[in-house]
Amino acid sequence: MKFSVALAQISPTLGNLEKNLEKCERIIDQAIRDRIDLLIFPELTLTGYFIKDIVASVAITTDSPILQKLLDYSKRISIVIGAVEETPDFKFFNSAFYLEDGRIAHIHRKVYLPTYGLFDEHRYLAAGNKIRAFDTKFGRMGILICEDLWHPTAVAITALDGAHYLIGISCSPGRGIEASDRLGSSITWERLNRTYAQIYSLYVLFCNRTGFEDGVNFWGGSEIISPSGEQLIKALYIQEDFIHTTLNDRAIRRERIITPLIRDEQLHLTIQELERIYRERFED
Amino acid sequence: MNALKINTDLTRRILVEFIRNEVERVGFSNVVLGLSGGIDSAVSAFLAAEALSPEHVWAILMPYKSSSPQSIADAEEVVKATGIHSTLIEITPMIDAYFERYPDASRLRRGNKMARERMTILYDHSSLYRALVLGTSNKTELLLGYGTIFGDMASSINPIGDLYKTQIWQLAEALGVPKQIIEKKPSADLWTGQTDEEELGFTYEDVDTLLYYMVDRRYSREELIDLGFKDTFVDRVRKMVVSSQYKRRLPVIAKVSYRTIDRDFRYARDWET
Repeated sequence: MKFSVALAQISPTLGNLEKNLEKCERIIDQAIRDRIDLLIFPELTLTGYFIKDIVASVAITTDSPILQKLLDYSKRISIVIGAVEETPDFKFFNSAFYLEDGRIAHIHRKVYLPTYGLFDEHRYLAAGNKIRAFDTKFGRMGILICEDLWHPTAVAITALDGAHYLIGISCSPGRGIEASDRLGSSITWERLNRTYAQIYSLYVLFCNRTGFEDGVNFWGGSEIISPSGEQLIKALYIQEDFIHTTLNDRAIRRERIITPLIRDEQLHLTIQELERIYRERFED
Repeated sequence: MNALKINTDLTRRILVEFIRNEVERVGFSNVVLGLSGGIDSAVSAFLAAEALSPEHVWAILMPYKSSSPQSIADAEEVVKATGIHSTLIEITPMIDAYFERYPDASRLRRGNKMARERMTILYDHSSLYRALVLGTSNKTELLLGYGTIFGDMASSINPIGDLYKTQIWQLAEALGVPKQIIEKKPSADLWTGQTDEEELGFTYEDVDTLLYYMVDRRYSREELIDLGFKDTFVDRVRKMVVSSQYKRRLPVIAKVSYRTIDRDFRYARDWET
């Protein structure tokens, strides 16, 4: 099945839901005109990244008007968008919503909240406790958010759960200026994206943000990597961009014929060994 | 030195974007900076001119009577090379008027007073030109505390505060900062013949390499000594970093309420901008 996908590499305004929603709406309208089937925004699209004590005031619930508005749009275009989600028990999550045909097809709540270096997420947010692939009208997908992707186990779970498309949304700070051509952080990300795409024979759809918050730059460079590990499209570094292409699951099929790594995964062995490790190393 | 090598194209691009972004997000279009004739303010000026275009950059040259004439000449070179606006304001009358009371004041007090006099002039021009004050402190001096708190360390935005001096030199080359500014010995220019390296007692190259491993790469004391740094050098630099910590922080607030500014009242500075 073929479908068109776009990555909206934007720079949200910190803590201004209305302004960010307006910006998203303009992009969604354009994407609809461009006949895009699936439109992906970066992590915390609606709020910006260093939200700290703003968290509670910019959180949305699944019945909030903002989400209703986006759900209306999703009757015409599928959307992945990031926001702070408030659950009925008053927890706040760094969430990604997959919206299609007027319904929420999936919510991924960021599991790995970085709280070291310049990151402070666990101080302000609750950690998700599920990683699931899910079905959409374009195929089976998985969503991970930024730091989640730095845990190969999270990617393995998503792939083994049958995802053909791994959507990674992020607010990745650009750091490390010593290399010859790219930022240190982009080198690592680009290596991860290619590696995951190739070893799990799936598409990686990586949407990063740009802009600055308190002097931290977000480096952009969003990209889609094919199941053979090739870069299909690449957004600009450091500035806002909008890129799109057409994906086809036949490319996944071909890769899985050539290199059937997923077929040969020994899930039972993995579980057995992980359980042993858990017993031996994490239980008294 | 190798550890401190930077990709100047990429660094320049990020810093230029940073200036543009931070100025525009608060509804400004101008910056003002003190131009000393030294390399740090020259680099900041070049970056600002590129980010905002020269007509949005105001350089203030603020010599004291003991400042070297070469410093003024070099600052004027920067103005010429970048096409930014410039104003010359001698601080001699203000400084001398004050120290008439304290004829025996130390060099330190005089140096600090000059730095703070310049700061008040910059912030006055910030209001005059509706301009943000652009910082010119580099990472080396910020870490060592080799600057005057609320003086040259004061600014609204600082594009070069995460670059060591040896990295500033590389960036200066790439930006086309006049050669003599890059090549001359760094100096606070408070008295004739003063140089940073003589005053500090080590070279920027050595201390930058040490700071890079100590701060950026988090090497322990033992690991630094294993790398070949002398223990006395490591200890002295660490002490300078620790004892100047207060200069890099907001004033300490006694906490008595349930929510104190900057401890548990936490918002990014770029909040809603």
